[in-house]
Amino acid sequence: MILVRLLFQTVALALVQLTGNKFRALLTTLGIIIGVGAVILTGTATQALKGYVLHQLDTFGPRKVFMTGDVPRPMRGRIRWSEVALKLTEIEYLKNNAQTIDAITPMYFVTGQVRAGEVSRDGVTVTGIWSDWHEIEKRVVTIGRPFIKVDVDEMRNVCLINDKAIAELELRADPTGDTLLINNRRFLIVGVVETKEMAAMFPGGGETRTEVYVPVSTAVAMRPRLYVDFALAQLKGTEQADEAKAEITAILRRSRGLSGDDPSTFQIHTVQSAIEQFQAVSGVITGVALGLVAVSLLVGGVGIMNIMLVSVSERTREIGLRKAVGARPGVILLQFLVEATVLCLIGGVVGVVTGGGMVALGKAALPGMSEYLSVPPWTILVSVVFSAAVGIIFGMFPAIKAARLDPIVALRHE
Amino acid sequence: MTGTPTSTPARVVPGKGTIRLRGIHKLYQVGSESVHALRGVSLDIARGEFVAIMGASGSGKSTLMNILGCLDQPSKGMYELSGRRTDRLGAAALAQVRNKEIGFVFQTFELLARSTALENVQLPLAYSARLFWGASKRAKLALERVGLGDRMHHRPSQLSGGQRQRVAVARALVNEPAMILADEPTGNLDSKTSEEIINLFKDVHKQGQTIVVVTHEEDIAGHAERIVRLRDGIVVSDHPTASDPMHRDYLERMAMQAARAASGESERGGTVAPAAGQRAGGGVGP
Ligand SMILES: Nc1ncnc2c1ncn2[C@@H]1O[C@H](COP(=O)(O)OP(=O)(O)OP(=O)(O)O)[C@@H](O)[C@H]1O
Ligand SMILES: [Mg+2]
Repeated sequence: MILVRLLFQTVALALVQLTGNKFRALLTTLGIIIGVGAVILTGTATQALKGYVLHQLDTFGPRKVFMTGDVPRPMRGRIRWSEVALKLTEIEYLKNNAQTIDAITPMYFVTGQVRAGEVSRDGVTVTGIWSDWHEIEKRVVTIGRPFIKVDVDEMRNVCLINDKAIAELELRADPTGDTLLINNRRFLIVGVVETKEMAAMFPGGGETRTEVYVPVSTAVAMRPRLYVDFALAQLKGTEQADEAKAEITAILRRSRGLSGDDPSTFQIHTVQSAIEQFQAVSGVITGVALGLVAVSLLVGGVGIMNIMLVSVSERTREIGLRKAVGARPGVILLQFLVEATVLCLIGGVVGVVTGGGMVALGKAALPGMSEYLSVPPWTILVSVVFSAAVGIIFGMFPAIKAARLDPIVALRHE
Repeated sequence: MTGTPTSTPARVVPGKGTIRLRGIHKLYQVGSESVHALRGVSLDIARGEFVAIMGASGSGKSTLMNILGCLDQPSKGMYELSGRRTDRLGAAALAQVRNKEIGFVFQTFELLARSTALENVQLPLAYSARLFWGASKRAKLALERVGLGDRMHHRPSQLSGGQRQRVAVARALVNEPAMILADEPTGNLDSKTSEEIINLFKDVHKQGQTIVVVTHEEDIAGHAERIVRLRDGIVVSDHPTASDPMHRDYLERMAMQAARAASGESERGGTVAPAAGQRAGGGVGP
């Protein structure tokens, strides 16, 4: 009860002191305001970046695995990429034997001319796939049907196109049942897949393109070669990224007869490990930002200490009087500590408001990012806790100085 | 004429508001020089006494008062307040003593400039364990007691010197201490205002509080029951006011002056009124 009363009184006293010196208080807390503003801004920015990137990776498919042939560094220039590129047989072997993946498809690119009646387009990338592609890419078939196993097995001349291709080739809104000439071979359009914008963070992303898909067997027949451009697989679960990488590596190394120290002639990338890497990086970024903020709060704290020392020496007589009428040293200590803390907390609140205002401005300036730009609650908590801590830590020395003053010496102070 | 602690032995009773000083020394160290401000003061003051401390400037009066008020500690000697040795008390306990048992009045008032009269009077209550909600009521009563019921919300700068000192007295009284210590409370006031302040002390004294006042003025000291005189840090005389030789000399001189003035007014070289009838503590005008 008595402690509550004392706190109430000292807080009231601190507020009176500070309102008596508004301008000085503001200048003093500038360091805290900037520090806290920086906490809010960096916290918001890193969270926004993280939210954005993770969202991109997530829409990309967190369970996706990319596999491609790779010429290891020591062999560069001596062998060609086509010699180490993945072969359809390897992909088939993985499909039947890898336990950690539940779907896989080769990606077999054929560039050519696509014609629909009078309209033709050159240099269109036609991609040969397996029906598993639907499972992995999760692209919605808006009209018609997806590929099925029989399309591949029987080497059917069927194709899937996207909305963009309909527009480019001036096809009907529902083009299923129509035919396309791809490199002068006749294909039946069986379905339309939704156009998907490539994630902006990947090369060539942020834009849409004309897409045409055919069964891989048909693509091979059009332009025969032994290797594919890359393969796409899907993990059984996101937590199996490392396991899958190890398993696929083992299978491919065995099938390629690599042993011991031989470098792998392929690369395996999982979106999941990219997510994990990014999370680690963003953790580091946040850590570094917080370190910088801590430095600016430290500088702010030194300012607080300075002004509190000035305040103690300006009010020495007052301290003497308070002691003369019965203020115990602990009460004087508390008074100055509370004053420093209240000062810092005011700075902290101003900093939070300033930072929040800047985030709001950023939101207005970057409408694309607005859904990710929100002040994370933890930054406000950290701000309040840190500014209070700065007040207590840097207010301690001046407060001890005040508490230790001898009453009569303080009263005689000029 | 060396004052001894046994000069008023009958009055010494242990309890609240009693003072016992034994061989008090105070040394100030200023650079390489040391100033011996008190050189062995022994003194007893009983509960309910009204004592004036007099002496030339630099004789150690303020030094003594600060020690009595627990604002300062002696370099040597024993100070027992209300039956308790103060040298055994820590800073917090001494603060408690200053808060509860002592009301100190300074020559320079020492009011908080930015606070109102009421807030200034409330200050000691803020540091006492008494109930918070009663504080402003008690402070108001104390201000009314010193005749400032209509100046509660004035700041010190809006008050006259005498009114400021009344606020300071109200502050000293608010916690109902057993003892009021005043170091030249009228030093900065004119004679009429001084008279008002000293009458305030007399009122308080009637309630049974111990009062110790430092003063340079004999007429102020005349209100006290006992006069202790210091010189160079030692007690040189300690007498009831009525039998204090210096005070009697002063009264005689005053009476003579008054008589001369009176006769000069009516008829030059007239009769001289005897001074013997003047009572100690009576209203002696300057
Ligand atoms: N803080 C101090 N440091 C050093 N010397 C001091 C200090 N305070 C007092 N003195 C010295 O102690 C002696 C007594 O001082 P004190 O203030 O007690 O005198 P006083 O009787 O109150 O005088 P006055 O009537 O002028 O107020 C003086 O010689 C003074 O110079
Ligand atoms: Mg003095």
